[in-house]
Amino acid sequence: MTAVAQALKGLKVIEVGGYAAGPWIGKVLANYGATVIHIESRERPDGFRLQYPPYRDGVKGVNRSGCFSYFNDSKYAVTLDVKKPGGLDLAHKLADWADVLVENMRVGVIDRIGLGYEELKKTNPGLIFMSTCNMGQTGPRAATGGFGSQLSALAGFCGLTGDADGSPQLLYGPYIDFVAALIGAPLILAALDKRRRTGKGCHIDVSQYECGAFFLAGPLLDYHVNGRVIERDTNADAVAAPHNAYPCENEEWIAVSCWEDGEFSALAKAAGHPEWAADPRFQHAAARRNNAAALDEMIGAWTKTRGAEQAAERLQTAGVHAYRVNTCADLFTDPQLSHRKTWRVRKHPEIDTQAHYFPGFDLSRQPGDVVAPAPVLGQDNEIVFKEFLGLSQEEYEELEKNGVL
Amino acid sequence: MLLEPLRVLDCTGELGWLAGRLLADLGADVIKIEPPGANLSAPDWRATNANKRMLSLDLDNEDGRGAFLRLCAEADFLLETAQPGTELCTFLDPGQLQATNPRLIHVSITPFGRTGPRAQWQASDIELMAAGGAMSLAGEPDGQPLRVTAPQSNPWAASQAAVGAMVALTARAVSGLGQHVDVSAQAAVIASIAHAPASWDLIGVNPLRAGAFMTGRSVHGAVYRVFWPCQDGFVNFIIYGGVAGRRTNEGLVAWMRDAGADLGVLAGIDWATFDPTQATQDDVDEMEKPVAAFFLTVPKAEFLRQAFEREMLGYPVNNVADIAQDPQLEERGFWADLPAPGGGVERHCGGFAMVDGKRLPVTRPVPEPGEHSREVLSEFGFGADEIAELITAQAVEAP
Repeated sequence: MTAVAQALKGLKVIEVGGYAAGPWIGKVLANYGATVIHIESRERPDGFRLQYPPYRDGVKGVNRSGCFSYFNDSKYAVTLDVKKPGGLDLAHKLADWADVLVENMRVGVIDRIGLGYEELKKTNPGLIFMSTCNMGQTGPRAATGGFGSQLSALAGFCGLTGDADGSPQLLYGPYIDFVAALIGAPLILAALDKRRRTGKGCHIDVSQYECGAFFLAGPLLDYHVNGRVIERDTNADAVAAPHNAYPCENEEWIAVSCWEDGEFSALAKAAGHPEWAADPRFQHAAARRNNAAALDEMIGAWTKTRGAEQAAERLQTAGVHAYRVNTCADLFTDPQLSHRKTWRVRKHPEIDTQAHYFPGFDLSRQPGDVVAPAPVLGQDNEIVFKEFLGLSQEEYEELEKNGVL
Repeated sequence: MLLEPLRVLDCTGELGWLAGRLLADLGADVIKIEPPGANLSAPDWRATNANKRMLSLDLDNEDGRGAFLRLCAEADFLLETAQPGTELCTFLDPGQLQATNPRLIHVSITPFGRTGPRAQWQASDIELMAAGGAMSLAGEPDGQPLRVTAPQSNPWAASQAAVGAMVALTARAVSGLGQHVDVSAQAAVIASIAHAPASWDLIGVNPLRAGAFMTGRSVHGAVYRVFWPCQDGFVNFIIYGGVAGRRTNEGLVAWMRDAGADLGVLAGIDWATFDPTQATQDDVDEMEKPVAAFFLTVPKAEFLRQAFEREMLGYPVNNVADIAQDPQLEERGFWADLPAPGGGVERHCGGFAMVDGKRLPVTRPVPEPGEHSREVLSEFGFGADEIAELITAQAVEAP
């Protein structure tokens, strides 16, 4: 680990679970200096290690998954099998050492394996224990397990994506897992603030479904108060017109929107067609919306013969909202993201170099960083169990012999 | 409360509203600052500004700015969304504000961050969802890239801002010093696209819009349907493999059998050995035919109930009405019924998590313009005369 990130220095976090929703919280905390330990077992490594591509060079392997590594940079990794003799004790020792435990298993599983909050707080009353799952720890459907990609449909996001008369659309990956991780992370740090005052930890129960509701808080209120049910509507907006994605050269696209009539005049001028703004079909936003098909065709005809970057720069210079529809490849060359050093390349023993995402915020005095590549399975057993927990060489070897590690 | 009533000055526009709401739910004393006369009736504004107090203060007014600087000297957090390049942004200079209050945590939330070659570019939700890569991954493969019809870049930026604010607070507990937290909505949106960038980075495959089908799972290139029309909308269901897929597929066939539906080729499939990676498109089409016919007879609510009881993966495609009426949320006390303007109540999202079995409280209704101007100013040490002068100068609105 590099010593760059200092803001959360000294914060000790352990993760039980896997995939995205739990580990993404730990990743963000680790990027600001927390010591985060990802716990797996040899028998059951994190599902992201072997279930999803990409693998370096397309060759599958427990330490070759770019999916796992994308969500777990900057962390330590240990293997610990609680079912082997001494395993549960060791897990308790880790939980006694930790300030924070994050788990994202199905409701009840962590209690069944003997690592539930009520159990752990007996010896570590200051522990901040976060459970994050589909539905939350209580309620008639608490027991529901499932994938974030599908939960994103229940939470309304897929239904709001697509043409009004077409099918709902997939959002790439488990969209709602990241919603819940970012809404969950502040809870942990706020609970830490309370612990500084009271010495007491707590059990935080995050329902990913409920977190999703905060990303649709306005439309939900609009329904409760006005009975209005918002429906998917391609790229249309209630105020702006035009407001769409337009094709450019080389299969690129550009997003463009105009929020005032003056902005549309500026667009028309930038496109070399000042007469558009005087056309009665396009003079006012309401008219432009009524004639959206004709308008989109005209704008599309102009963008079609240009590169998206060139068109965006021209429109922005004219004061018009516009940006290239960045593909994943484009994200690596985007000049603004480069300025922010959004991608931090780290060298991994089996994956070689990988670009890791740095979060969308940074601190002026104590900036964060991707402090290390993702760990290979069990790579930090010695340092964590001997140095952090203080096990003797004999104790460590005993655990190894028993198959705990 | 998790937080002490730390003082948060929230001057944000839509990019930042949710950040203050999250801090308020955690226990902070969030003071929303809006210019006098602002129209605050939009549902998006109301939904993300509950649980705050309101000071109507004009930051374009010289006296208003003087008062604002006095507030900053005593505050723990400043949240703002001033567009880089504007005069307001220059006024909200992190170095100068910190010089007068070294403990201040100053969070700027802007489309692209405070600095950089495109910091001054104009962007609304659709440009930010484009710039952050999300649109390139949503839509039909042969159609245009899509955004979610309700703005998402605002909550993505605001939730990352809330994390940043809390990281800075944790650091302040040790150092005694605040700092500037610079949030880029564009960079924040990238969190929404999972590990898609790793595909380009590691194997040179640029992932594109997947539409309504699951691709890349069959070695023969077969695609699996994800969204199925049902009796009153759509459901999200996938014929998966593996342990979870087996339970799901067996559950579906048992349900179809109980319902007397035609099973077609499903009747002859052994799900214990079924391997979706080996199926051809013809195989998939034959399997999906009876499922499609069956789902057309099933309402969304029934699908949710059966999927839960039979431990099947899959969910209905909810709209806001379905979410609003979901007993799971009701049972967990998710909704907060807050006093509405003109009497009655309006239903808001309640506190965003439960702690030790209790929902984080929403203690304040959506504030009215100017509602707390006098009490806030007086808590920050303004005398009655000073407040009266600010009102006369039209820097402050107070009923």
